Amino acid sequence: MLTSTSPGALVAHAIPKAPRLDLVVVANMVQPGSRVLDVGCGDGELLQLLADTRDVDARGIEISRDGVNECVAKGLAVIQGDADTDLADYPDSTFDYVILSQTLQATRRPRWVLEQMLRIGKHVIVSFPNFGHWRIRGQLLWYGRMPLTKNLPVSWYDTPNIHFCTIRDFVDLARELDVKIERAVAFGPSGGRVRFDAPWWFWNLFGEQAVFLLSRKN
Amino acid sequence: MTIVRIERDDKTNRADMVRREVDEPRSQVVRFGADKPLKLDAGVELSPYQVAYQTYGELNADRSNAILICHALTGDQHVHNVHPVTGKDGWWDSMVGPGLPIDTDRFFIICSNVLGGCMGTTGPASKDPATGEAYGLSFPVVTIRDMVRAQAALLDHLGIEQLLCVTGGSMGGMQVLQWAVTYPERIFSALPIASAARHSAQNIAFHEVGRQAVMADPDWRDGKYLSQGTSPRRGLAVARMAAHITYLSDAALHRKFGRRLQDRELPTFGFDADFQVENYLRYQGSSFVERFDANSYLYITRAMDYFDLAGEHGDVLANAFRKLKSRVCMVSFTSDWLFPTEEARQIVHALNAAGAPVSFAEIETDKGHDAFLLEEPELFAIVRGFLDSAAKKRGVKAAK
Repeated sequence: MLTSTSPGALVAHAIPKAPRLDLVVVANMVQPGSRVLDVGCGDGELLQLLADTRDVDARGIEISRDGVNECVAKGLAVIQGDADTDLADYPDSTFDYVILSQTLQATRRPRWVLEQMLRIGKHVIVSFPNFGHWRIRGQLLWYGRMPLTKNLPVSWYDTPNIHFCTIRDFVDLARELDVKIERAVAFGPSGGRVRFDAPWWFWNLFGEQAVFLLSRKN
Repeated sequence: MTIVRIERDDKTNRADMVRREVDEPRSQVVRFGADKPLKLDAGVELSPYQVAYQTYGELNADRSNAILICHALTGDQHVHNVHPVTGKDGWWDSMVGPGLPIDTDRFFIICSNVLGGCMGTTGPASKDPATGEAYGLSFPVVTIRDMVRAQAALLDHLGIEQLLCVTGGSMGGMQVLQWAVTYPERIFSALPIASAARHSAQNIAFHEVGRQAVMADPDWRDGKYLSQGTSPRRGLAVARMAAHITYLSDAALHRKFGRRLQDRELPTFGFDADFQVENYLRYQGSSFVERFDANSYLYITRAMDYFDLAGEHGDVLANAFRKLKSRVCMVSFTSDWLFPTEEARQIVHALNAAGAPVSFAEIETDKGHDAFLLEEPELFAIVRGFLDSAAKKRGVKAAK
């Protein structure tokens, strides 16, 4: 299930009205002029950013009626649909990029969704909150309760996030699906990037958010 | 029937007024002579024929700000002006006007009466030049595609190569979709509302009930009522009453009328209109016959029944949209059971498969199919946003 209320109000709000940092990171991975599908596009913030800064042919799918109507009223090409079922309707390699921004953990079948994205897009960009971050580990370790953080403020019984993963879990899945990790970025609560040459375990501990650019190997 | 009745004299006047609109409409009209026949799907050519239309706003210098509005089954070209027969406001006055979503200050808006209609475009009530009498049932059966061809002829006449947008609800939406298939290069964007790519079996069934009601009226006279000085008023009113129920929803009817009685404390134990909902339907029926031609009703409902976009393309809807590059925004309503969301979704899937840039919004309302004609802020916001972005993308400059 995708929701328009993003799983977490995200990091950098330092400059008011500035686009969210994770969205900027995602947008920078997209080649200008390409065809893009944003799966779970919410109120269309990323689509608008892509249209404004990368001159792309941007489309979106969103499950919530309010989100869709808000997007369409903004002039964005968005359709109402469910990532867990509707991605199957798209032909192979329809898009240059298929993006899943802060939505992976809210899907019922994350692996299937990822496979479908890799089928319909030449590249796939996934951004997600890292459940392996030290703060989250700390909450579980010290308090023995499901973690609540600034980015993940909803209690376990209300959260739309049903499939959390850590950066290492995601890397494992990428290997299992035999895809190429073209780029990866992790950043901490203040928006600072985790050192590029650090090993995965380091990223997994200090990266609060992660963005992966994937592509098929063949 | 205890319904609002128009005085007899008034009624005669109304009938005369309607009759006059058929050939000499009080709107703009273009007449196509023998040199420009209209080729119909029925395999015949219609000539001469005329198209009655209204325009609002100004066409800009590069002719890029034209929007065509396609009307529904019982609508007409009077979108945004007082109706010449009923004296009521235009049927889309809440949507079309200065500063409104379809902005007459920015866009040049065209709406024409459909082929087969009775408000000035050639239809079964028009005079057949061969006989000097109304066509009646000798008028050829027309299709949605024929209606669109007549609109294209009108655009040629107006010198408009490409529309910024073509929009409409219900049967208007069918015409919009037909435009996307037949003249994809002539539309920059398309906005079909509460519509479908084919008429469902259930909808054909409802139409058949309506047609049978008209034809069962002895005053119908095998379609020759105009020359015989009668009018199948009761039949047409029943057809309208039955159809009107399908435009609403159970919830909307219940909210509006419930089981309330009409001007009485107790039921009369008779067949008078005891309930408010009965009175309302009778009023809808009787006011409709004052302004609409019964044979037109037969022809236009038939055109909708025949509509099946996929059928023309090997039953694969995506193939119908193969050549379409225009932006499309499809809108449906949750409580519309005549053109349910599922039908809209099929169109959206097909457009996606064909690679056309498509948006799709379902609006939550309990007002049923008729919601597209009513005060729906979400619909207004969507239409405004979609048209704004289309105008921006096309670089439309205002006329002034």
